[in-house]
Amino acid sequence: MARADRPLSPHVGIYRWQVANTLSILHRATGVFLSIGALVLAGWLISVASGYQAYARVNEWLMGPFGALLLLGWTFCFFYHLCNGVRHLGWDIGLGFEKERARRTGWLTVAVSVVLTLGFWAVAFGSQGS
Amino acid sequence: MSLQSPLRRVMGLGSAKEGAGHWWAQRLTAISLVPLGLWFVFSVLGLDHGQYEIVRAWIADPAHAILLLLLILALLYHSYLGLQVVIEDYVHGATKIATLISVQFIHVLVAVSSIYAIIAVSVGAGT
Repeated sequence: MARADRPLSPHVGIYRWQVANTLSILHRATGVFLSIGALVLAGWLISVASGYQAYARVNEWLMGPFGALLLLGWTFCFFYHLCNGVRHLGWDIGLGFEKERARRTGWLTVAVSVVLTLGFWAVAFGSQGS
Repeated sequence: MSLQSPLRRVMGLGSAKEGAGHWWAQRLTAISLVPLGLWFVFSVLGLDHGQYEIVRAWIADPAHAILLLLLILALLYHSYLGLQVVIEDYVHGATKIATLISVQFIHVLVAVSSIYAIIAVSVGAGT
């Protein structure tokens, strides 16, 4: 194809890395990772339908070091994707487009999702201990 | 010479009447996933997951089963719509078509399996 030699207009590489684009790509990344989580949710449901032994195996794997690390990742991704998703829905109806406001809601999204993740696991470990 | 009206022809070609369909479905599933997702995550947090019978009874509760079915449908639809866009952006050529088809098949398979599992637990099959 002759197209290959044509000059290209400047692409994402020329832009400074900042909050807005970091959170944007993180929204995609967390979305893809959560899709894998949907597979595990399905596996968990199927294991319950399959009986005690299947469920015990899945539960043991999820409570193991690797499973727990994945669950930690999925809870953060869930809260982040949810908060940033609400931010996106706001933009869809024209709210919060101003540069400063978009930057602030961006940082707020990160803070809220970190707090929710930490809170979730604090409650999870707290109820385990009692 | 074709007797088809210009409208009839454009309906089969471009985005006519369908243009916002993908975008709209992604938003509707997103809105529904806010309460459904939060409900699920915080329910699981309070669930004694070490006890098989408790987990089973929790899923079998009619209100929980219905919410789980709604969650699975919205989640997998939303997941497919999102992955589709990501694949269309980063994968090209024949690989793109193959990936899109595989991802669509996997989503249908996972949705049907999950729905079957929820119903099976609800009606007490497989115990």
